[in-house]
Amino acid sequence: MTQATRVLFPTSAEEAVEQFGDGSGVTVVGGGTIVMPEITYGRLAPTTALVLSRAGLDTLDISGTTVTLGAGLPVERLAALAQDVKALAQCALNVADYEIRRQATLGGNLCAGEGHDAPRGDLQGPLLALEAQARSVGADGEATEPLQDFLGRRAGRLLLDVTFEKPAASAFAAIDYPHTHEYTVLAVTGVRTADGETRLAATGLAGFGTRLRSAEAAASDPARAGAAAVEDVSLGDDALASAWYRERTLPVLVRRVLGELEEAA
Amino acid sequence: MNLTVNGTTRQVESGPLATLLDVLREELGVTSPKAGCEQGGCGACTVLVDGEPQRACLTPVGILDGASVTTVEGLGAPASLSPLQQAFTHHYAAQCGFCTSGMMLAAEAYLKRGGTDDREAIQEALAGHVCRCTGYVKIIDAVAAVARGDSFDMTVTAPSPGMTNLGGVS
Repeated sequence: MTQATRVLFPTSAEEAVEQFGDGSGVTVVGGGTIVMPEITYGRLAPTTALVLSRAGLDTLDISGTTVTLGAGLPVERLAALAQDVKALAQCALNVADYEIRRQATLGGNLCAGEGHDAPRGDLQGPLLALEAQARSVGADGEATEPLQDFLGRRAGRLLLDVTFEKPAASAFAAIDYPHTHEYTVLAVTGVRTADGETRLAATGLAGFGTRLRSAEAAASDPARAGAAAVEDVSLGDDALASAWYRERTLPVLVRRVLGELEEAA
Repeated sequence: MNLTVNGTTRQVESGPLATLLDVLREELGVTSPKAGCEQGGCGACTVLVDGEPQRACLTPVGILDGASVTTVEGLGAPASLSPLQQAFTHHYAAQCGFCTSGMMLAAEAYLKRGGTDDREAIQEALAGHVCRCTGYVKIIDAVAAVARGDSFDMTVTAPSPGMTNLGGVS
């Protein structure tokens, strides 16, 4: 197999940032669940690999109403947020299986490129709905910005953590699929903020996760919101489902999430 | 770097980005973890790393310096099978055997976590493991039997609820 010429194991966040530098030519290895098959199948031959397993980025901090999650946090540990951010915990537990969730990281899930034959990035949905702020470093130094903006330019940046405010309520709905398929066909997250704002986001789309702005505007009428959601997204065909199927199921998930938010209120 | 594999410390010469699966099978000659999909989807390569199940095909060996790896050979020996190995034998839970190693190690970790004989919970714990023979019912039977604390008569094969028993039940 192809071997990286340099493999770096930073032992702190500061060291990780220093070794990442401007990101040029650096392949970041979080949990390895996405990068390692790329190497195994010869689709990736890193010249420098930055392995984050000892970098201390696996933090989960709740300070008052503010939640900060380190990029190296294993997906399985998000289950601990079941009381504070139910939708995020549900979404995390919907990812793959126990072994993969223990190994895969928040940062890897958010930063993964598009899958070869299925969508990736399940956690983008809840974190977009939560309007999380992403802190990252890159050639232009450190930046903290809305996750939506970070996702658009994540290549060449090292994600350090995400921060958001605990919502008053949240809900998550996904299309169930047989266990042996690891990717989410389609999922919708809803968040109700402390001041009553309703936010919706979807994953399982062409490209990365998307806020459902038209559906949010119609949130008081779930049927109308469900229909409006289709206008917010770009749907594609892949190995899991067709765009046709997704277009017909997205409104159902939106209605289900809005119903759950209403019950929580 | 060093790895402790089934209680024996082994020196590893492969580079840090070599997968644990390649190191076990090709460098150390431990072939029970199977190379199935090699992208984390089938579970056949699963081993225990410091007691927790992990996909060997997704794990760069460089992060494991000093870790303890258990493969199915480490669960028991032919003359003293572990309860799970006995259960798999008694319940005829292995057919072609390709998934068996990964299934057993995931099940071992499930039982160590205090897993019960609840079939849905067992299914969830084994969700990442594909049996190409589709022998899931008997695999779940075997794990549930250990969770219940059953003892096993290794000279007979247990009947499975709802299935025709093809083993040597007298």
